[in-house]
Amino acid sequence: MSITSPNLILMKRLLAIELQKIWKNRASKVLTLSYFVLLSFIALIASIKFDLGIFKFHLAEMGIFNFPFIWHFNTYVAAILKLFLAIVIVSMMANEYSYGTLKQNLIDGMSKKEFILSKFLTVVLFAAVSTVFVFVMSLILGLCFSSYNEISIVFSGLEYILAYFIKLVGFFSFCLFLGILVKRSAFALGFLMVWNILEGIAKGILSFKLFPEGNIASNISRFLPLEAMSNLIVEPITRLSAIESIGTQMGIENTKDYGVHWYSILIVITWTVIFMLMSYKLLEKRDL
Amino acid sequence: METILSITNLNKRFGSVHAVKNVSLEIQKGNVYGILGPNGSGKSTTLGIVLNVVNKTSGDYSWFGGTMQTHEALRKVGAIIERPNFYPYMTARENLELVCKIKNINTAKVHEKLELVGLLERENSKFSTFSLGMKQRLAIASALLNDPEILILDEPTNGLDPQGIHQIRDIIKQIAAQGTTILLASHLLDEVEKVCTHVLVLRKGEILYSGRVNEMTSNEGFFELESDDKRVLKSVLLQHPSIDKVIDENSKVLVYLKSPLQASELNRYLFEKNIVLNHLVKRKNSLEEQFLELTKK
Repeated sequence: MSITSPNLILMKRLLAIELQKIWKNRASKVLTLSYFVLLSFIALIASIKFDLGIFKFHLAEMGIFNFPFIWHFNTYVAAILKLFLAIVIVSMMANEYSYGTLKQNLIDGMSKKEFILSKFLTVVLFAAVSTVFVFVMSLILGLCFSSYNEISIVFSGLEYILAYFIKLVGFFSFCLFLGILVKRSAFALGFLMVWNILEGIAKGILSFKLFPEGNIASNISRFLPLEAMSNLIVEPITRLSAIESIGTQMGIENTKDYGVHWYSILIVITWTVIFMLMSYKLLEKRDL
Repeated sequence: METILSITNLNKRFGSVHAVKNVSLEIQKGNVYGILGPNGSGKSTTLGIVLNVVNKTSGDYSWFGGTMQTHEALRKVGAIIERPNFYPYMTARENLELVCKIKNINTAKVHEKLELVGLLERENSKFSTFSLGMKQRLAIASALLNDPEILILDEPTNGLDPQGIHQIRDIIKQIAAQGTTILLASHLLDEVEKVCTHVLVLRKGEILYSGRVNEMTSNEGFFELESDDKRVLKSVLLQHPSIDKVIDENSKVLVYLKSPLQASELNRYLFEKNIVLNHLVKRKNSLEEQFLELTKK
């Protein structure tokens, strides 16, 4: 779809509608603001210091804010907080059912396609704002604490920022779909948790019962939606040089792959498309 | 005459329930239509289909001669269905402004419409604080924001107190007087009789009558008679060529006609046969009696 000006006007109109719905709702506003406040608390990790006489521990000096590692570390930590926005997104959808306003919006002349598009644009906007926020914050933290400040090093590892954006869009699309499917915010969030457990069980069965040898199990489970999202940014803790050196001393060679892979991105984008198409089909098929 | 909405052979099934059966109708500009029917007769489903919230099973409908897509057409329509649906945490004004954004019109009319329905002094109160009557009036204001070609009202006075009902009716009459086409679904007959020019009677998803209100009520005029000797009166009446049947009702008899007959003619005829009447009235069935007659089976 080319971004011609009528499309831009449509997108602006749909976003304006959706942002009014969210912003006038006090609970959504408070949750959204606290999400960003909590995000900025990541910066406070820098001030974590233990001073135990001989053993001095200052997290910021251990290299977690070194470029390019900081992109990995911050996007991983920031992604944990996404549940706050997920609540906002699930309830923005479920409320339309419980208030009867989905019906009224359609009667007032919104098409079902426009309705889904307005929700998806909001999801993308939330993900984009969060991504920009994390980018700017990491850049500032890095410039303050990183041992390396060469431009080429500062801007290497930016694939984590892209992965973060894709991860949020995918996760929020899943939440949106659950909101439409279940129609009640609490139940939709419950369903999300149940789904998470089911994926865990499936993973367990695959890797301990069906394919205990080799990596067939992880090759299959990487296609599960939540697993695919978590595979986008793997945990960075064992990558920290301090922890890595402890591992080496204990004789454990760290061969873990920490990179962001194109196929992980592709799997999550595919899920996003599937969730949005299913949301649209559900809306189209249902009588209100 | 300009056609606003035409429906042809519309059907809707919910599983085994056939909620709308082969409904066809045309809505012409400038008329006030009533859809009458008991609860569960398919009124709301029919409206739901043309308003894009219920999927049809078969049949067709087109807005404004089929020149535009349904959702575009709906921006020129004002509609309220069953209960007022707004965002409870927004004020009256904010809710109407949101509707303006959806309909893609500017917010200039918000003030005027709030004034029309008498909610101007409450424009900054949250919707959740409104009484049902106020909510329903806000819904009407919202439906009027775009000065619609047609206003669709589904049970607009449902659940309101007498004062609320009166306010809503006044507003509807005021809108009808401005020449706006109105489609009013109701099970309240006097409501339809008071405001509508045309009527459509539905029962179990089928159209039983479709036409002008006054034609529905006038096609079967009848007489109410009383005399001292009822037996003689009845036998004499049955000899008259225009009379279809004669029915007892307490001390009176009801006379139904095959062909038109003036009260004076009937009186003269009976007088010539030496019958003097104590009571002679020519009556029309009310819409209510007609409706019950139609939906009796």
